[in-house]
Amino acid sequence: LLRSSQPLTGPNRRRCREDEKLLGTILDEGERGFIIDTRSAQAAKQARMSGGGTEPKSSYPQWRRLHRALDRGRPLQESFARLVEACSDPSLSMDRWLGRLDGSRWLSHVKAALSTACLAAQCLDREDSKVLVHGAEGTDTTLLVTALAQLILDPSCRTLEGFLGLLQREWIEAGHPFHVRCARSASSHARGKQEAPLFLLFLDCVWQLSRQFPLSLEFGEQLLLTLSDNAYASAYGTFLCNSEKERSLCKVKESTHSLWAWLEQPEEKHKYLNPLYSHNPLVIWPSVEPQSIQLWQGFFLRWIRPSQHLQEAWDEIQRLVEGN
Amino acid sequence: MEHIRMPKVENVRLLDRLSSRRAVVGTLYLTATHVIFVENGSEIRKETWVLHSQISSIEKQATTATGCPLLIRCKNFQVIQLVIPQERDCHDVYISLIRLARPVKYEELYCFSFNPKLDKEEREQGWKLVDLNEEYNRMGVPNSYWQISDVTRDYGVCDSYPTEVYVPKSATAHIIVGSSKFRSRRRFPALSYYCKGNNASICRSSQPLSGFSARCLEDEQMLQAIRKANPGSDFIYVVDTRPKLNAMANRAAGKGYENEDNYSNIKFQFIGIENIHVMRNSLQKMLEVCELKSPSMSDFLWGLENSGWLKHIKAIMDAGIFIAKAVAEEGVSVLVHCSDGWDRTAQVCSVASLLLDPHYRTMKGFMVLIEKDWVSFGHKFNHRYGNLDGDPKEISPVIDQFIECVWQLMEQFPCAFEFNERFLIHIQHHIYSCQFGNFLCNSQKERRELKIKERTYSLWAHLWKNRADYLNPLYRSDHSQTQGTLHPQIAPCNFLYKFWSGMYNRFEKGLHPRQSVTDYLMAVKEETQQLEEELEVLQERLANLQKSQSGNNKVKSKQQDRSKQFGLYTSNNSSANTPQEYSNDLKSFPSRSPSQGDEDSALILTQDNLKSSDPDLSANSDQESGVEDLSCRSPSGGGCLPSEDSGKDSDEAVFLAG
Repeated sequence: LLRSSQPLTGPNRRRCREDEKLLGTILDEGERGFIIDTRSAQAAKQARMSGGGTEPKSSYPQWRRLHRALDRGRPLQESFARLVEACSDPSLSMDRWLGRLDGSRWLSHVKAALSTACLAAQCLDREDSKVLVHGAEGTDTTLLVTALAQLILDPSCRTLEGFLGLLQREWIEAGHPFHVRCARSASSHARGKQEAPLFLLFLDCVWQLSRQFPLSLEFGEQLLLTLSDNAYASAYGTFLCNSEKERSLCKVKESTHSLWAWLEQPEEKHKYLNPLYSHNPLVIWPSVEPQSIQLWQGFFLRWIRPSQHLQEAWDEIQRLVEGN
Repeated sequence: MEHIRMPKVENVRLLDRLSSRRAVVGTLYLTATHVIFVENGSEIRKETWVLHSQISSIEKQATTATGCPLLIRCKNFQVIQLVIPQERDCHDVYISLIRLARPVKYEELYCFSFNPKLDKEEREQGWKLVDLNEEYNRMGVPNSYWQISDVTRDYGVCDSYPTEVYVPKSATAHIIVGSSKFRSRRRFPALSYYCKGNNASICRSSQPLSGFSARCLEDEQMLQAIRKANPGSDFIYVVDTRPKLNAMANRAAGKGYENEDNYSNIKFQFIGIENIHVMRNSLQKMLEVCELKSPSMSDFLWGLENSGWLKHIKAIMDAGIFIAKAVAEEGVSVLVHCSDGWDRTAQVCSVASLLLDPHYRTMKGFMVLIEKDWVSFGHKFNHRYGNLDGDPKEISPVIDQFIECVWQLMEQFPCAFEFNERFLIHIQHHIYSCQFGNFLCNSQKERRELKIKERTYSLWAHLWKNRADYLNPLYRSDHSQTQGTLHPQIAPCNFLYKFWSGMYNRFEKGLHPRQSVTDYLMAVKEETQQLEEELEVLQERLANLQKSQSGNNKVKSKQQDRSKQFGLYTSNNSSANTPQEYSNDLKSFPSRSPSQGDEDSALILTQDNLKSSDPDLSANSDQESGVEDLSCRSPSGGGCLPSEDSGKDSDEAVFLAG
């Protein structure tokens, strides 16, 4: 599984021998690979006008390009804001709730993200093919897809340690610009142009996986909620800045504490573990049918829905498992 | 059997509901009670059994090159798509099924031929499992305020009520008779639930025949009697569960609702729940959404909203919450009615009772609740669920809605119910299956005339026998959630109502969570218990060994087998090995049942060949059952693994070797 940003083909259909060679060496003689472009075919084509573009078939003959349009940027941020609004609207009656839920399109984004990740996973696992994922910048939807695909495919990413490692690799070190993406969240009116809840969308997708495979993730919902909090506002330096370079310049490692280190302490860790976990060596294929994708109540209704009864249920689960 | 034109058709294809690429070929059999599809060639016989009673509609579609398609839709939401090679055969099957699915006489129903191989005494005991008398006593009646009415013996006053009806002590026979004449179908106000903590009660009736201005002294006295039976309050609520407009329209037909001016000390309230026709259409629309091929999120959400189904569920729930509050918090009695007092009234009274009294959240208690508020009080099972061929306008998913309300509550209060989702699904299944006699006919009177108890078996006994499958591992009778009244959040709460895919997409295993937390926890619980027992035994042995020199060499081997069994279960945690078509095809699986066993399967199977252990499970492939999974540890554990390429998948091989 590889990731990159878009090739700078531009309006003049520029070629780059080195890039072609690089992609060429990845595949064996006669082997085919897949490029999953997270932009629609049209958007990708239009990107040429501003210097970007796609890999032309003629220059990359062994690679087959698939387009799966995933929303990012402003549309995603607005989707998020609409959903948060719908959840907290006291005047909303039952006969218009689902329409508002759909109107936010958030669940459609979840479905699309999971589907694309599954597609990537399927290419790797079922077709035995290598996959290259990119969007435009390679810092948003690209990371969403590659991180989810690994969660689906690789059981070691489903342990607590493995998952934190996945985040470190696929989101932080890969250069997702947390500082500008997770600045103000949904309710603030002073939203920057760069604000977009990609990371939140990722966490939502992870929650969907945990709902469909409740025994296969070593961590529970509480971890996801803690991560969502820390991405926006944190006592730790883990999510600071926009890239490794910036973090280095700001001397983050020298002057702040790591969230991972804190989470992995024994006295903290137990809060985030899933009592139902048992190692599942297989690939977990989620269903992406609408019935299978649900609103992440623990996050979106966190302050609206009473959680006491559900917490009691988890306590009971803990008790049963520990008694064993 | 005279209705079966074609008892057997070969080379029939059973299609995956939405993907015609995945079809299995087999033989179709028609028996007096079932349609059976047997797959060709698999080492383990994969069979799909459908009871005729479950068939809701049959659609013969246009013949194509591959054959003549036949779509069977069932009342338990199973949808079966067959393709029969010859059009003539298809037509014969179609005509036969049409007749078989619409029985004319009760004797045609499966319950009269179903034989679980129990003797007469066991059958009788089965019927005695749920005793309404005991239940009323448990509630605290008869007492100084409530007693059984005399006039209801022999169904003289009201033939849709049971013989044992509780009324306020101060309601004389004269008052009861008078009131019954002023109520639709003579369904006078009677006790549904009595709260001994504060003497408040829930009573139920039908609408008064008040028209625009008619009055009835006895009916007014009846309501006063109810009020007087609760000295702690000086008024009662009268709740009309219909929308105000409908109730008002009824007045033009000489019926209507209670006028606060005429009835002293009542507070009248409308809680608009729509009628059976609206509900029937609502379900229809929702099922259409479920049948969409590869719907987008929007298709699904808009379709669901358009059906209005969740809105109706919420309306029923809100009514139940209102009544429970009135009884528990205000200590005020409530009289509930709709039009005839046997649909919405039943729903709302039973939801309220469930909220109020933890006993109804136990397995036994729930059975009793259904017996009381639905069976004994004359809910028209035959008309509503089509036991016999009848007026399609009478059909409506009334009890389905109640059952869904229970599920919604279970989702909000995971520790509060002794039973699990599977219990509810099986009950719904059997309301339509007519395999047991509990839900036949329209009233207690009709059931007694047909001698149901002497000629059929009780579902409750069957479920009780298998109760290990139906337990909720999170339930503890001493847990706070199981005590007292449940208080669901009222507002905001729209988001609390979820689409119940376990019921409406029951047979599409691919849509549901692939790992069952319930089954896992039940296995953990049992294993813990096992280990504790083992520990006890070992401690005993140690004590004995220490006492005598010659050791006791008896080895208890059965413990070892059982712990192996559970070891197996815990490795059985990944049932999702095949991806669906992520380029927009819906993955679903044909339903299948565990093999009928070693009997010669080439013959058309008769009742005698059915295993008595669980013919019920043969009629539906209920793969959520962890117990079933444990028993089908064969490669067709394909019963456990919804996989269309079983055998090829190396993942599966690893999994099964465990």
